Amino acid sequence: MAAPLQLRAAPVETRRGRGARARRDARAGLALVSPTFIVVLVMVVLPVVWAFVLSFQEIRLLQIQTFDLFGGEYTLSNYDQVLSSSGFLEAARTTLIYSVFGTAGAIGFGLVAALLVRASFRGRGVVRGVLLLPWVAPVVAVTFVWQILLSPQLGFVNAVGTDILGWNAPIPFLSQEEGNITLFGISLGVPTALLMVIFYEWWRSFPFAFLFILARLQAAPKELEEAAKVDGATPTQVFWHIILPQLAGVIALIAVLRFIFTFNAFDEIYLLTGGGAGTEVLATQVYSLLIGRADVGASAAVAMFMAAVLAVFLFVYVRFFAGRQET
Amino acid sequence: MGESRKWSRYHIEVALLRVLRPVGLVLFTLVALFPFYYMVLLSMRDISEIVQSPGSILIGLNELSGDAYSRVLRSVESGGEGFTRFLINSALLASGTVVATLLVSILGAYAVARLDFFGRRQTQFLFLSVYLFPAILLAIPLFVAFSRLGLRGELPVLVIVYVAQTVPVCIYMLRNYFESVPRSLEEAAEVDGATRLQVIRKITLPLAVPAIAATGLFVFMIAWNEFLFALLFLADERDNWTVSLGVSQLQNIETPASTLMAGSVIITVPIIIAFLFAERLMTEGLTGGAEKG
Repeated sequence: MAAPLQLRAAPVETRRGRGARARRDARAGLALVSPTFIVVLVMVVLPVVWAFVLSFQEIRLLQIQTFDLFGGEYTLSNYDQVLSSSGFLEAARTTLIYSVFGTAGAIGFGLVAALLVRASFRGRGVVRGVLLLPWVAPVVAVTFVWQILLSPQLGFVNAVGTDILGWNAPIPFLSQEEGNITLFGISLGVPTALLMVIFYEWWRSFPFAFLFILARLQAAPKELEEAAKVDGATPTQVFWHIILPQLAGVIALIAVLRFIFTFNAFDEIYLLTGGGAGTEVLATQVYSLLIGRADVGASAAVAMFMAAVLAVFLFVYVRFFAGRQET
Repeated sequence: MGESRKWSRYHIEVALLRVLRPVGLVLFTLVALFPFYYMVLLSMRDISEIVQSPGSILIGLNELSGDAYSRVLRSVESGGEGFTRFLINSALLASGTVVATLLVSILGAYAVARLDFFGRRQTQFLFLSVYLFPAILLAIPLFVAFSRLGLRGELPVLVIVYVAQTVPVCIYMLRNYFESVPRSLEEAAEVDGATRLQVIRKITLPLAVPAIAATGLFVFMIAWNEFLFALLFLADERDNWTVSLGVSQLQNIETPASTLMAGSVIITVPIIIAFLFAERLMTEGLTGGAEKG
């Protein structure tokens, strides 16, 4: 796209002039992009490599000042220790459940919200802005509101539950690992706290999906839909056969991004439950290994495992799904 | 399927949607807004009132009190939580990040938008890597390195970390804007003998000022909201705490809910103001790539 434009824009230049210009552009481009490159190299690429090295070293927080960072022995003991601990497997399982359900719910609600806001109505701009608020607000502020909303002593949800819905006792939503719901006489075990962090994730992240899906909807040509309507297609038929296929690409993209973000998420769970009550994910485990147990090597090993899972996930996506959409 | 049945299904769906659409809109709006309303409500209500009737969500004007706010903002010496200091720290940190990120990413975005250099296509993978790797993974070696250098608790160090975290999204947004600046304008200036940097400064930047401002506000919001690195790097240096970190540490000691909520309101208000100013440009910049499919 860019190349033909450039050629057309400079028709008077000779071939030789064009070559010199291209070389000049290439040099200028590298010069302008180098600060970015250096920042990313120093603050992202090098740390990743170093974390990889750390994950093979037995290093504790107290030794940071004295440890010979690049000499010393290399060992697999961190991986050995981490992979065989039951806490790790549990956290890996929770991370997967949290990311899959968190992503699916956020996209589902985002899609519904985008369809609702699509047609114009009075106050549409305001509604759009309001629906984005959960996503832009500071994570510390909104997790604490949720904490208080769900609190057994002062929370609004439990007040409504016990006063109006007739619950026997308030439910400690964020500190109960497993609760029971009785539906039609059948009692079901429910991972209460994990459900709550997933609900929070839906509330927090649906605006992200909403924003991107709405943008795509507004760029979609109206003719197809109009034609289908003229032919008597019902709204659900229009949705399934015309709107949804056009959204497939953007939904797949959001799914990948959301999955990566949710898989890596630390703040929300650390702030809501501290990783307790069955909500320990890999990210919070890395933190508690690093700060709580002062075990730099083991925390690096868990973090490298996270990166490896995501790298495989992304590889599979790019290899098998991303290519297909372009054709 | 007979013609009449098809028509009846059509009418039923249309009629249902006519009812469900406004109901859905109201529900979504309420769910999105309620926690914010609740936050403001609790921040202004007396704690004994909250404990007695946690279910009441309406408040009389005479009940309102700003005590929690003055408690949060007052310095520790005068019996408060010292949030004024944290606000200044956060403002410095976020503004520093905005300036540094914009400087780096305006140049980078221009190069990616306009110049055909070696590796241009690969830059996107570099950016992807920033968000692919968990922040907590990057945090481990950075934590080790800056602890060893004795610089861990310093705000400028955090600025550098934040720049790396925000440069990729910033370049992505700015590139979308720069590509909408007509190429012919720049070429006209070049014909008049302007150098590349002069073209950027005199032609491209002035045209992109609103977009750059919006991107800057977006970076401000990210830096202001950031929690993980602030927690890891600053936790031991109370004097350098950001407001987000300050609020999160409030909860550790037995703090009344109203204080916690007043702190939350204080961190949220600047973000909402910034968002109101820049919403349209910011969201356009973010979704610019998605519209194409």
